[in-house]
Amino acid sequence: MRFPTKALRLCAGLLLAAPPLCRAAESSGGAPEEATLEAPSGPLNIQAEKPPFTEGIFPCSQCHDRAGDPNPRTLAFHDDIQASLHHGPPSRWCLDCHDNGKRDFLHLINGRLIPFTASYELCGQCHGDKYRDWRVGVHGKRVGMWNGQKTYFLCVNCHSPHSPRFKALKPLPPPVPPQDQGFTATPLAAPAHQEKSP
Amino acid sequence: MNSHRRLPVLADPVAPEASESRRRFLKAGGAALAALAACKPGAVVEELTRRNFKEMKPEDLRALLARLEKKYSEEYGKAVTVSGAGPMRGVNFAYGLDLSRCIGCRRCVYACVKENNQSREHPQIQWIRVLQMEKEHGVDLAHSTPYYNPELVPEPGHFYMPTQCQQCRYPPCTKVCPVKATWKEPDGIVVIDYDWCIGCRCCTAACPYGARKFNWAEPKLPAAEMNPVTHYLGNRPRQKGVVEKCTFCIQRSRVGRYPACVEICPVGARKFGNLLDPESEIRQVMDRKRVFVFKQELATEPQFYYFYAT
Repeated sequence: MRFPTKALRLCAGLLLAAPPLCRAAESSGGAPEEATLEAPSGPLNIQAEKPPFTEGIFPCSQCHDRAGDPNPRTLAFHDDIQASLHHGPPSRWCLDCHDNGKRDFLHLINGRLIPFTASYELCGQCHGDKYRDWRVGVHGKRVGMWNGQKTYFLCVNCHSPHSPRFKALKPLPPPVPPQDQGFTATPLAAPAHQEKSP
Repeated sequence: MNSHRRLPVLADPVAPEASESRRRFLKAGGAALAALAACKPGAVVEELTRRNFKEMKPEDLRALLARLEKKYSEEYGKAVTVSGAGPMRGVNFAYGLDLSRCIGCRRCVYACVKENNQSREHPQIQWIRVLQMEKEHGVDLAHSTPYYNPELVPEPGHFYMPTQCQQCRYPPCTKVCPVKATWKEPDGIVVIDYDWCIGCRCCTAACPYGARKFNWAEPKLPAAEMNPVTHYLGNRPRQKGVVEKCTFCIQRSRVGRYPACVEICPVGARKFGNLLDPESEIRQVMDRKRVFVFKQELATEPQFYYFYAT
C-alpha cells in the first residue's frame, strides 16, 4: 500500500515549512531573508520538538542587541559552551555559525540567515553526505508509522551542535548465560556435566 | 473372556468382540468427545479440536481470540487485546541495521523484552542478542561475545552486531517443523503459533542465527509489566515448552508502526520499512549503501540487512 499521493506530500511540505517560519517571525520580529526550508522527503513528516535552549538564553537578542566584537577570544559569558566546544578544528568560533548582526539566527556560508529550527541546513554545508542520507531516512531516527505519519529528529535533537560526537553510554545488563539460568541438570546428565550451582 | 481393558470413559455395553473394531472405537471416541464438548463447552475441548491457524474459519478465529482475551485479561488483571490482523497487501517487510552506528548499549534488547512480553528470568528470554566483535577480525563469530559488560560502550577496537530473527526468505526453521506450527507469512514475517507448537525444538536447532528461544520453564511475566496490546502470532503470553522469536513486532508493524527496537535506538542505527515501496527507508538504504546479510553462504536470504552508512 503506497500511502502518499502527490497532493498529500505537497500539503505536508507546506505544513512543514510554515511552523518554523512562524516561530522565527515571532521571536525576532522579522523573517529571515529568502528562507526556503527543505524538509526531509517522505509522507506526512512531523518535526520533533526542538531541543530546549538553556533557560533564559533565547532569544539571544535580549542581550546581543547589536553586532559585537567578531574576533575569536576567551569569553567571560558562555564560557561553559566555549569549554565544551569540540566541533571540527580548534579554530572553530561562535560566529562561524551564529550570525553576528542578527543573533537570533544562524547563517550559512553564503550569508543567508536561517532560523534555529532549520539548523540542519547549516550542518549540511559540511556534512553533505549525512544531510542527504538524513533527508531520505538513512541517517538519523524516525518514530511513528513506517507507512504514514512519522516524527523525524533534527541533527540537533541527537547531536549537541557544540560537541556533536555521541557520549559513551552505560550498557544495560548482559544476558544470563544458560548455565546460570537456574535450571538443574537431570539425573541422567549429571555425571557427564558438573553443573555450576546458580 | 475379553482380556482387553476398556477405557473408563467408554462405558459401552456392546459385546467384547465388537469393541475391537476400529470403526467402533473411533465412533465411540468421537461420541465421547462430542459429549464432553456438549456438557462442558470449555476452552480445553475447543483448543484440542481446533484446526491449524492457517486453516481456521474467520468465525472460529474470532472466537479463539475472544477466548484468549478473556483468559489473559483475567490472568493479568487488565484489558488485554489479542489481534489476529493479517498481512497488508503489497507489503514485504525488511529491516536495516547500521553497524557503523550501533554502540552496543542494549537498549533495544530490553525495549523488545518489554514490548513483547518475554520471560524476565528463569528462564530469561531475549529475542535480540548484541554481539561485541573485534574490529581487527570483522564480522567473525569466533571473536565475538554477547556477555560484554564494561562501564561504558562503545569500547575501543570493537563494534557491535545485534542479531535477532532474520526473517529468512528460505527459513530452515519452518521447513523442519513436524507440525507446521511455524511458517512464513506473505508480508515476510516468520511466525509461530504457540498453541500448535509441541516444543520439539527442531526449529531452534535448524536456525543458523540462534534466533529461536525455548521456554524451558513457565515464563515469568509480571502482571504489572505485561504489555496488553498483543497479537496472536506475536507477543501474547507464552507457556512453558514452546519456542518464540522476533516477529518484527507484528502487533505494531501490521498496524503501520515501527518495531519497538527501531524507536528505542538512541543512535538511529535501526531502519524498518516496506521493501515494495521505493521511497521507504529500507529501500533508500539498499539504493545508497552496500548491504550484506548474515551468513549469506547458507542461502537463507534474510530480510534483515546489515550495512555501514559511513
